[in-house]
Amino acid sequence: MSNPSLLSINGVTKRFPGVLALEGVSLRLEAGEVLSIIGENGAGKSTLMKILGGVYIADAGTVAIEGKEVSIKTPADALTQGVRVIYQELSVLENLTVAANVFLGREPKKGPFLNEGKMVEDTRAILARLGSSIDPTTLVGRLSLAERQLVEIARALSMNVKILVLDEPTSSLTVEETEQLLNLIRDLRKDGVGILYISHRLDEVKEISDRVVGLRDGRNAGGLSKEEISHEGMVRLMVGRDIKRERVAHTIPADAPTMLSVAGAATLRFPESVVDLEIKAGEIVGVAGLVGSGRSELARALFGIDRFAKEPSLKVDGKEVRLRSSQDAIQAGIYLVPEDRRGAGITVAFSVKQNVSMPSLKDLKKGFSVDGEKEAAYAQEAVEKLGVKTATIETKVGTLSGGNQQKVVIGRWLMKGPKVLIFDEPTRGIDVGAKAEIYSQMRKLTDEGIAILMISSDMEEVLAMSDRVAVMREGQIMGILEGNSATEEQVMTLAVGGQL
Amino acid sequence: MTAKLKSLVGKELGIAILLILLVAISATINPNFISPNNLQNTGNLIGIYGIFSIGLGLVIITGGIDLSVGSLFALLGVMFSIWLTKSGLPPALAFFGVMFLAAGIGLAHGTLITKVKMQPFIVTLCGLLLYRGLARYIANDNTLGFGKAEGFEWLKQLSTGAFLGVPNPLWVLFVVATIMFFVLHRTSFGRYLFAVGANEEAARYAGIPSARIITIAYVLCSLLAGLASVLLGFYTNSISPSAHGNFYELYAIAAAVLGGCSLRGGEGSIIGILLGTALLQALRNMVNLLKIPSSLEFAVMGVVILLGVLADSLVRKKKA
Repeated sequence: MSNPSLLSINGVTKRFPGVLALEGVSLRLEAGEVLSIIGENGAGKSTLMKILGGVYIADAGTVAIEGKEVSIKTPADALTQGVRVIYQELSVLENLTVAANVFLGREPKKGPFLNEGKMVEDTRAILARLGSSIDPTTLVGRLSLAERQLVEIARALSMNVKILVLDEPTSSLTVEETEQLLNLIRDLRKDGVGILYISHRLDEVKEISDRVVGLRDGRNAGGLSKEEISHEGMVRLMVGRDIKRERVAHTIPADAPTMLSVAGAATLRFPESVVDLEIKAGEIVGVAGLVGSGRSELARALFGIDRFAKEPSLKVDGKEVRLRSSQDAIQAGIYLVPEDRRGAGITVAFSVKQNVSMPSLKDLKKGFSVDGEKEAAYAQEAVEKLGVKTATIETKVGTLSGGNQQKVVIGRWLMKGPKVLIFDEPTRGIDVGAKAEIYSQMRKLTDEGIAILMISSDMEEVLAMSDRVAVMREGQIMGILEGNSATEEQVMTLAVGGQL
Repeated sequence: MTAKLKSLVGKELGIAILLILLVAISATINPNFISPNNLQNTGNLIGIYGIFSIGLGLVIITGGIDLSVGSLFALLGVMFSIWLTKSGLPPALAFFGVMFLAAGIGLAHGTLITKVKMQPFIVTLCGLLLYRGLARYIANDNTLGFGKAEGFEWLKQLSTGAFLGVPNPLWVLFVVATIMFFVLHRTSFGRYLFAVGANEEAARYAGIPSARIITIAYVLCSLLAGLASVLLGFYTNSISPSAHGNFYELYAIAAAVLGGCSLRGGEGSIIGILLGTALLQALRNMVNLLKIPSSLEFAVMGVVILLGVLADSLVRKKKA
């Protein structure tokens, strides 16, 4: 037998109650290779990663590292074998310093006490290797998401990993930060680390991967060699069909009324910056900008969750509106589909029905009490309208895929007859198929005369969906581009403060 | 519908079985356990404890806690006694005075927690100290009572009387529990309590006025404690400000947790809280009647609560 692969997974199967999540999946990873795993949500990528990381135990199949079969039953086992999985939800502790996070659980000691000096020096050395000058004594809570990710990677390196698994590492990174991360991955590859890379961002996958394998419905769906990797090829691998990636021509009648008009709005984070914005009925205004440019703050203020620093003159469908709470916004017909789906969008412990009906319970009453039949019919209607894939409306929403969770949040507002819908990162972490469905739903909404404000860091999405693109920087709109003619370069130029 | 019924019963079934077993065993060893006299007395206690345990359960469902209930009994009891026996207020007015004071205190808790964003534990811990201290100061550390209840016998009947052989506090609990069952499990307000407890952020983004919901939960908790304090005052007929109501908040928390409320919030039911209350009282009664040294009472209760919650965690773990 010639050199065994760094990692070989053979015939791994994992069954959950009612679902076969993985069925006989096999793959190989060589040292110094970047292997991307692509697939729609629910294809089994995360399950596979969790089996590698010791969170789940496979029902059948084997995992071998450097030709030796290993048994990974706990996250600690995975680390012992040199496997480190960095999950989408970062697991750094915000109340500890960078150095404390890097050495968490393996703190160097001096007698009975922590050897702080060594921790800080070693951390500094590892970070330097990653080309970062973050101070090891900084609290992680003060760092940006990208920096936190770097801390996670530093932690992995301090443990001598052979195999690094990155699950959607760039989903909340800015363009520059993503580029930094990709460079880092290239460096690690040179050191002989094997990297499993999971991402929905196909441009990145194309840029970084030596090979791509696809998963579909828990099974191997084939692979692409370096030369074969193309956008269309990857999409085909994931969905088994071609998805067009073109802009849908769309025009708004010139006499369409203004649905939302905001004048002189300033958010708490950027009290000196003023936003003026108008959206017509049936129009989608995309809001582009780097992370931290004040886009989400604007969305939250427009939904009444945060106060404005300066009270704007706000009109919805021609009527003057003042927002003191989200109840006021709902009253006025402004709704928000928030960025943090699991934290703010849905209540995971509630059923699909309860999530849909939550803001409408007052309208579903019989006497004092909630009318169970009315509520069920209401939720059922929303589920059918949006094509939410769920066993029943009594299913816990936390068990649905990200795309279906998002549809539940949209459905909840759709049922209330919105005038203005604000989407904050509507398709983050959602698979290609569900994305397309959400886009067509947005178009359907605008056809009914609803105005949409769509915040997105996904450039493809912004350019494909927006009738106009507003680019924000430091709480201010730097320019508004026509969706038909806007280019990625123009958007980025404005986003970083340049002139067109 | 049957599936719904099953899930509703399933959660509380374990504790119901435990309760029946406990009663059966105790009754076999000492038949006095089910003598009319003993049942009357235990029923009385279940009535009083059940009322304020429901209130604390509501707060726990929102993910909060109220540690001040026991001290509130002392303060409200002292005020009630003074208003009735010293100030000579009309009984109805004294009763509403107690409820009004209780509501005000609940409102203060809720406001500090939702508007000033203080932690419920801290706010109500300070309440625990403050109300106890005030009660002792106002009463001059003297034990107060209601004497022969001359002029307000009818009010006292609410606590010490019986109707159709069932002690009145149990009737009061029946009314309170029925109303609160409806409120918690059938109204939008009840759903909001669960929503706020399960994920306050998501509740806010769904347009639920979470601050108001949480505040109302604390007001209801204090109000039910107020109602219970009137019954308890007449029941003991002696209010020693330094001891009256000591630890009662812990009984209520224990009852709620035994009954399936999670201290993380978002879970719980009225039936569960009632079963939890009954179990705790049956346990205390058992310690008495089975001649277990009364010094062991707390130890027995501690062990049973631990076992109950342990069994629940094990069942959940198996399900997951």
